[in-house]
Amino acid sequence: MNRILQCNDVSVRFGGVQALGDVHFDAEEGGITAVIGPNGAGKTTLLNVISGMVQQHAGFLIYGGADISTAPPHVRAGLGMVRTFQNLEIFSNMTVLENVMIGCHGRLSVPAWCSLLRTPRSVALERQIREEALEALEFVGIADLAGSTAKDLAFGRQRLLELARALAARPRLLLLDEPAAGLNIAETQHLGELIQRIRDANSLSVILVEHDMDLVMGISDAIMVLSFGQVISRGTPAQVQKDPQVIAAYLGVEED
Amino acid sequence: MDSSSLLQYLITGLTLGSTYGLTALGFTIIFNTTGVINFAQGEFVMLGGMMSVFLVRVLGVTVPLAVPLAALGTMLTGALVERLAIRPVRGCPSINLVIITIGVSILIRGLAMLFWGKDTHVLEPFSGDQPVMVLGAAIMPQAFWVLAISVILLTGLKLFFSLTTQGKAMLACSFDPKAASLVGIGVQRMVMLSFMISALIGAVGGIILTPITMTSYDKGIMLGLKGFAACILGGLGNPFGAAAGGLILGVLESLGAGFVSSAYKDALAFIVLLILLFVKPSGLFGQKDAKRV
Amino acid sequence: MQNGYNVAYRRDMFWLAGFFTLLMLAPFCMPNNYYLTILILCGLHAMHAVGLCLLVGHAGQISLGHAGFYGLAAYTSAYLSTTLGLAVGLSMVAGVVLTVLISLLVGLPSLKLKGHYLAMATLGFGIILSILFTETVDITGGPSGFVGIPRLSILGQELTTDIAVYRAVAVVLCLMVWLSFNVLHSRIGRALRALHTSEKAAQAMGVDIARFKLFVFVLSAAFSSISGVLYAHYLTFIAPVSFGFMFSVELIVMVVLGGMVSVPGSIVGAFFVTILPEFLRAFENVEVVLFGAILILCMMFLPDGLAGGWNRLWSRFRRAVHE
Repeated sequence: MNRILQCNDVSVRFGGVQALGDVHFDAEEGGITAVIGPNGAGKTTLLNVISGMVQQHAGFLIYGGADISTAPPHVRAGLGMVRTFQNLEIFSNMTVLENVMIGCHGRLSVPAWCSLLRTPRSVALERQIREEALEALEFVGIADLAGSTAKDLAFGRQRLLELARALAARPRLLLLDEPAAGLNIAETQHLGELIQRIRDANSLSVILVEHDMDLVMGISDAIMVLSFGQVISRGTPAQVQKDPQVIAAYLGVEED
Repeated sequence: MDSSSLLQYLITGLTLGSTYGLTALGFTIIFNTTGVINFAQGEFVMLGGMMSVFLVRVLGVTVPLAVPLAALGTMLTGALVERLAIRPVRGCPSINLVIITIGVSILIRGLAMLFWGKDTHVLEPFSGDQPVMVLGAAIMPQAFWVLAISVILLTGLKLFFSLTTQGKAMLACSFDPKAASLVGIGVQRMVMLSFMISALIGAVGGIILTPITMTSYDKGIMLGLKGFAACILGGLGNPFGAAAGGLILGVLESLGAGFVSSAYKDALAFIVLLILLFVKPSGLFGQKDAKRV
Repeated sequence: MQNGYNVAYRRDMFWLAGFFTLLMLAPFCMPNNYYLTILILCGLHAMHAVGLCLLVGHAGQISLGHAGFYGLAAYTSAYLSTTLGLAVGLSMVAGVVLTVLISLLVGLPSLKLKGHYLAMATLGFGIILSILFTETVDITGGPSGFVGIPRLSILGQELTTDIAVYRAVAVVLCLMVWLSFNVLHSRIGRALRALHTSEKAAQAMGVDIARFKLFVFVLSAAFSSISGVLYAHYLTFIAPVSFGFMFSVELIVMVVLGGMVSVPGSIVGAFFVTILPEFLRAFENVEVVLFGAILILCMMFLPDGLAGGWNRLWSRFRRAVHE
């Protein structure tokens, strides 16, 4: 299998705190790769480095064969690397449909003067954006809410909205930051199926940062475990589950 | 440049800067409890000056009595502003509150013009106008008053915030209003208090500066602007930064007036401010993430 | 639902057509030229308000410096046409182009700043310009103003009557409104609203936030500068007072009064703020006091502006009709 993303020796410091230390991380093309670890392990920081929101102090990133170590976030998004946020960053005052239409922004574009003068090209593009956004909404199953204001949606629906917005960007690599946080068991189960369905339908790759172990173990192809910014284990779900170091990191080591 | 004129400009700048600093501190205190830039802050400064002039020259009150009376009067105005214009709209977006403070400033300015006319008014210096020679620089005695009173006021505020319950409660409010209300601090009262204190500080700054720069009903606009600039220069929300920003701005302006041109002194001060902002986007002593709006 | 997008755009176009008709009919109800002058000023102010509605209302980037762009364009065109004797049309174009270039230069570093810091930077820039207008006496005429500016002319044809100027202003304003609606109903408008709510998420979705902020900043500066050159050649006299800090504040007031995100609202806000002092003039000294008081009351009782108030009234009316 090909690697869609390689992170080599990535280090990040916040003040005196080492958030990530020489982390080596690969994501397989077409796979669901999960990053797990206790709170404060550096999972979200890793996702921020990958999406370009945090600049690493050392190390480099190869994405689809190109070095993207210093590319700004919107450029990475343009390359098909799209993320969701742990604390939901939906555009709360816009409609659900508009939110998803923003997802098409980087992919479907016309020069500014076309928009300004509303040329036929701009009108046609707007129609296309609209249709594709609706498709994405249908895919996650909330197309009936297209006209509602995003902030009026229930929390679980907002999660789905973020997912639809990301899908509208037609990502090659989808970065999910704790997509199950705040969801109940049924919703989480539905989410797991949805993520797999997304992967299969679009043949894309997923990096999943998640706390919910049932979800992670159920859908991941590979797992990396972080603790205090260090990689302590990696492998298939079965391998990781048995790793004594992982058990120790989660439950604490018994001193004897 | 010789050292005595440098000293001269420095003292002038510090004197002017003290008022800017006090105005900036007023901005900071209200900003910290409400998250709003109070555009009427300059009007508090103007009110202090105008009231003291009115008390001394029209009612014949002696200066030592007029100063606290004018300060109290402005403080009352501050309380009224909070009660009548700010409290009824709590919970509105901050841009609305900002527009309301703009309305308040226009209103106060208009009233001042109605009562006291459009003339420029003077106030006698507190202790004569014989310059004192310090290392070759001629310093007006009023400059010492300004500096001394500013230092006393700043110390008083420092003690208020670190020693009294009310002061600590206000600090708590500025860190996290929600948490503060959970532990039983009346955020409402703190907002009222912050308007009163800001008005008081602004007024004192206005009063002590009046003998040097004179005053008129529209003096508050420029003073307010300078105060806001000082806040930003020092890093919005940081009281120490506000005071320091004021002093820096005052000195910059006075040096600019002395060595370059008095017509362009304000322009110079703002150019320096812009350059600083482009280099350091959150002010000299501000926190890194400056997003509050 | 499928065509909801076009419906919204069409509704705005209907509004624009109605507005244009109203503007064209208005002069027939005017008893004298004084009212026409005020209407022209309203139109010129509305141009700023429309641009700032996009910049402040939609993109959330506060500017307190647009009076500076207004003045810069006015003075540039005045200087070129009067002192250097260039053709009026050419001077006006030059005034707008220069201002747009300056706004690009100012916007580039300023728009990295956020919130109050951006407000301060634009404010500082505006003040520097207004000091220049006042102090460079040989060029601008200083505080007493720049006199003898040639009247507005279009393609060599001088507009000698106020009514001709008024029509020109109305057409330009409506063009700006049209452009603004186009922007708002396009991916640009969406990107602006998105970066207003969350710069982080907008970036993650591929929006080049720096570029879009700059675009809308320059666009609004262009609107202000066009207003500026029209102003200079309409009044034939300009003075620094018109382009000071207080005018920048007034512009923001217009937008907020109009309801922030509504283009029609901003225009109504501009008309309101321009006409109100004229009405209050009857009260002589009290006018400033009344102006302040009305501003406060408006914000207290119409927190979402005139547009919001109108919407509420309209929906209440519709409900009443239904029952």
